[in-house]
Amino acid sequence: MIGSIPLGDVLLASGALFTVGIAGALLRRSAIAIFLSIEVMMNAANLALIGYGSALGTREGQIVVFFVIAIAAAEASVGLAIFVAVFRHKETIDVNKINLLRW
Amino acid sequence: MTFPLWLIPALPLAGFIVNGLLGKKLGKSFVTAVGTGSVGLATAVAFARILPFLSGDHAPVVERIASWISAGGFSADIALRLDPLSALMTSFVTFVGFLIHVYSVGYMRHDETEAGYARYFAYLNLFMFAMLTLVLAQNFLLLFVGWEGVGLCSYLLIGYYYDRQYAADAGKKAFIVNRIGDFGFLLGMFGLFSLFDSLDFDRVFPAAAADPAKYAPYLTVVCLCLFLGAVGKSAQVPLYVWLPDAMAGPTPVSALIHAATMVTAGVYMVARCNVLFRLSPEAMGVVAVIGGVTAIFAGIIAVAQNDIKKVLAYSTVSQLGYMFLACGVGAYVAGMFHVMTHAFFKACLFLGSGSVIHAMGGEQDMRKMGGLKSKLPVTYRTFLIATLAIAGIPPLAGFFSKDAILAGVFEHQRYVLWGIALFTAGLTAFYMFRLVSLTFEGSFRGTPEQEHHLHESPRSMTAPLVILAALSVIGGWIGLPKVLGENADRFGAFLSPILLPLASAADVAEHGLSGGTEWLLMGVSVAAAAAGLLLARSWYVKQQGRPAEAIAASFPAAYRLVADKFRVDELYDALVVRPFDWLARMLWKVVDVLIIDGVLNAAAFLVELVGDLLRFLQTGNVRNYALTLFLGLVALMLFVIGAF
Repeated sequence: MIGSIPLGDVLLASGALFTVGIAGALLRRSAIAIFLSIEVMMNAANLALIGYGSALGTREGQIVVFFVIAIAAAEASVGLAIFVAVFRHKETIDVNKINLLRW
Repeated sequence: MTFPLWLIPALPLAGFIVNGLLGKKLGKSFVTAVGTGSVGLATAVAFARILPFLSGDHAPVVERIASWISAGGFSADIALRLDPLSALMTSFVTFVGFLIHVYSVGYMRHDETEAGYARYFAYLNLFMFAMLTLVLAQNFLLLFVGWEGVGLCSYLLIGYYYDRQYAADAGKKAFIVNRIGDFGFLLGMFGLFSLFDSLDFDRVFPAAAADPAKYAPYLTVVCLCLFLGAVGKSAQVPLYVWLPDAMAGPTPVSALIHAATMVTAGVYMVARCNVLFRLSPEAMGVVAVIGGVTAIFAGIIAVAQNDIKKVLAYSTVSQLGYMFLACGVGAYVAGMFHVMTHAFFKACLFLGSGSVIHAMGGEQDMRKMGGLKSKLPVTYRTFLIATLAIAGIPPLAGFFSKDAILAGVFEHQRYVLWGIALFTAGLTAFYMFRLVSLTFEGSFRGTPEQEHHLHESPRSMTAPLVILAALSVIGGWIGLPKVLGENADRFGAFLSPILLPLASAADVAEHGLSGGTEWLLMGVSVAAAAAGLLLARSWYVKQQGRPAEAIAASFPAAYRLVADKFRVDELYDALVVRPFDWLARMLWKVVDVLIIDGVLNAAAFLVELVGDLLRFLQTGNVRNYALTLFLGLVALMLFVIGAF
């Protein structure tokens, strides 16, 4: 199905998605929003992998995507657990207010 | 069965190990048995080897024990040598050493803790090991091991009472002054190795004797370096200053190490190297002059000392000067003869003074003694005999050896040195009888408690005194002068294979002393001794020291100068010690504190400063880090695709 879309369009969509993710990660203050943006960036990468895989007619692109999804799930659980722990201490997850580790 | 030579030094070494490791736990009786027993056995073994050697053809015996160092072209063995010279040294070192060990039992037993007693005997045994290694060594390197070993033991035993500042200082002084001499000795050994490619006696001496013209030009320097070692070890001018201070050690130590044995190591070494020295008239001249100057210089100082051990110490320095004087004019046999007789009578004198000090409860000032003749009869008689011997009254041992030296100096036409030696002989008689008179004659001048405490020493102390006094009487009879018979000088005949006479037989026949001259010289030396003796008796016994006080009072400056030992220590302090102290302070305060510490502190300060500035990069804000990461990534990508 994806094979009917030209590779250039897929990469364009992937690049746009990545840019949105970076912008979100850098500009948002809520830790959860940053976290979501990082997931968006990861999925942009996944999209590019699938696009290339189908353009080259190989399976490896899709296999790597499964790995990324699995690791992203694990990472999400760890990240959310950290946020919960931070929230219990600071009553906030605004990253501008979490700056203990500084000079 | 014949005992191997290595047993002689090994027995005291075993005693040292046992006493050093176990002595503290096993008590004084055990320490006594091991300490004196090991040296007694070593003495027995030594005599078991030497007595058959005396009757044989005196051919040197070399016993190689192990290969020690072998590097490139250099090799040195652990090998021991028995020849007439080492047989002589070994016999009196073991015998006198054994007597002094026995004496030490009585001297140290009551005053010391078990640990101190064990430490004392352990060091004494270690000393015997080192000294026997020194005299039995077959090469210069092994000799040097013994040489350093006796120096170490000397340091340890001078500082035996280490909780007293002066004793600790005296030990350090002895060690440091000896280092100067050892440095010379090392240089001499380097020189010998570069000339002969070996340090083995059996290779160096024959090589030098076989081709004198080739080696003679270099041997002056080498001999002077070796002699510097002897000057340090045997306390000659200008390095004699450590020996008087060394009297801070226990008195038996002064007798054994600083009178009878260790300090004669220098004379032994020069005599051992006589083949080298005879090729260098310049070095011989230096040896003779240093010896003569030391003899009279120390003799003069001894006249004005009041500490009984200090008088004996300066007397030792003076007598050692005599021995070097003999070696310097080529009369090596006379020098070694005096080494032996001096060991007997000086050990007897020191042990006698130890007996006096023991009875006086530690008092060493002769001005507080007097009248001890009746309280310490054995000590007095033996002391008197030894004093007559050192003064050179015939027929005691000192007369023959001193006469041999005087005759040797006269024979080689060194008349100025002969005059000095003759004057010193008179001086020796004078200060020794001053000592005897002040200590044993007249009335007691100490406190009543001291007088009450006076007692003759125990048998273990008096027995060695009696034996040494007997040897001081008969010890000289083995080396009678030629005028008493063609074969009277058995001592000289025994040593002659090693200590060849300087002149050939034809020269001796032409220039040698006629019988009449020899009798005349003997008469003159006895007259000098008798003059000194009678003057001292008259001044200090009959007139109770008044003439001496009058002379001291009329020349106060000169008297103070002599009593202050010519202020040589002060001179060295100003010339050497204080400049070094200043240099050390400079190195500490300027080089170390200012420069080295300064560089380190500056480097640390710089790192701290940079860190202080850079730490503001750590904002703690995750978004800053994310931005930096992103920008870095962008830069990296631009680099990869070749935008830069």
